[in-house]
Amino acid sequence: MSAVAHIFEAAGMATIVLGSIRKQIESTAPPRGLMCDFPLGRPLGKPNDPAFQHRVLDQAFKLLAATEQVLEEFPEAIEDEGSEMLACPLPPRSNADLHPALDEVRGLRPAYDRALEQYGNRAATGRVISADQIEEAMSAFIRVTDGVPWKEAGIPGIPSRVAQDIRGFYELAALGLSDHVPAAWSGTRWYFNSTEGGKLVLAARAAMRDAGESQPIWFYMAPGDQ
Amino acid sequence: MADNDIKSMTEGMEAPVLDTVAFSSPPELGKATVAVVTSASLHHPDQDDFAPQDVGFRVLEGNRRDYQMGHWSPNFDTIGFASDMNTVIPLDRLDELVLEGKVGKVSDVHLSYAGNQFDLSAVQMDSGPAGAKLLREKGVDVVILTPV
Repeated sequence: MSAVAHIFEAAGMATIVLGSIRKQIESTAPPRGLMCDFPLGRPLGKPNDPAFQHRVLDQAFKLLAATEQVLEEFPEAIEDEGSEMLACPLPPRSNADLHPALDEVRGLRPAYDRALEQYGNRAATGRVISADQIEEAMSAFIRVTDGVPWKEAGIPGIPSRVAQDIRGFYELAALGLSDHVPAAWSGTRWYFNSTEGGKLVLAARAAMRDAGESQPIWFYMAPGDQ
Repeated sequence: MADNDIKSMTEGMEAPVLDTVAFSSPPELGKATVAVVTSASLHHPDQDDFAPQDVGFRVLEGNRRDYQMGHWSPNFDTIGFASDMNTVIPLDRLDELVLEGKVGKVSDVHLSYAGNQFDLSAVQMDSGPAGAKLLREKGVDVVILTPV
């Protein structure tokens, strides 16, 4: 962002960069920077909290008075301890003949559709597959865990991109099942740690890694610390 | 999985070396036109999705709210944006500041780049200046830049 900021300043516009990674905003040195110690993905801090978002913007706009390069810090931090997990009910098994992940996806579909109606599709599915294709994609990942090489398993797109759509399906369904917006990362932890779908994607990723596949093919199917 | 673990993976990345540090003075905020530029790879549903190493940008129309996340990185929270676009692109908040008279105008257009770039030369030489020219021609005075 800082590199772009310098270009925009040179074109005659005043810029304010919001930064979430301290060392990064310090090393890239934007013309005007506001370090906001918030979780990655939430540069304005708190979703559905206009008052908090306004505090961020107010402090950001104050930097416009600076006459030289400036980096300040927003006084309120939002910490993620890495342990909070969304408490979200999962559907009970309804078809014992199905793989648990496929059974789970069918059970979550009403919640997904409900959340889609309420929030729209901002980060859910559609990068490469629609909600209707989630089962097909998961079936392909099941085949990968069974030992089928990923190129022969029928994955309907680049694995990392397909995995993003599956994660998006689950996280939007979680919004449909929850009465509040989950804390940062808590929905992702719920997906990877609690759901059959998340466990399946991690298992497929591990199978691809263990089969010696190229690291970029499997690594980005989940956050890098997984 | 913890936010600080993810941040520590990226904080050591080499920073771009810039020949000059530009610094512009804006007009009074109450008379300024403000735009948002994000590295969140947002796009409208009818625009091309971002490619893995996409150095271009998408023009986001301010009168639409159907922004979608096209970022290739799995290394950030997406539920916040899924539930409230203002978590990344705070246009509702800017509209409110206009009504309060604190901001002159919200730009009709905003820009989105893909933040997952390791080689910034194309952005610095091509798409960055092109985006700046576009916003300047739209009368933008102040730009808020948001990452994910």
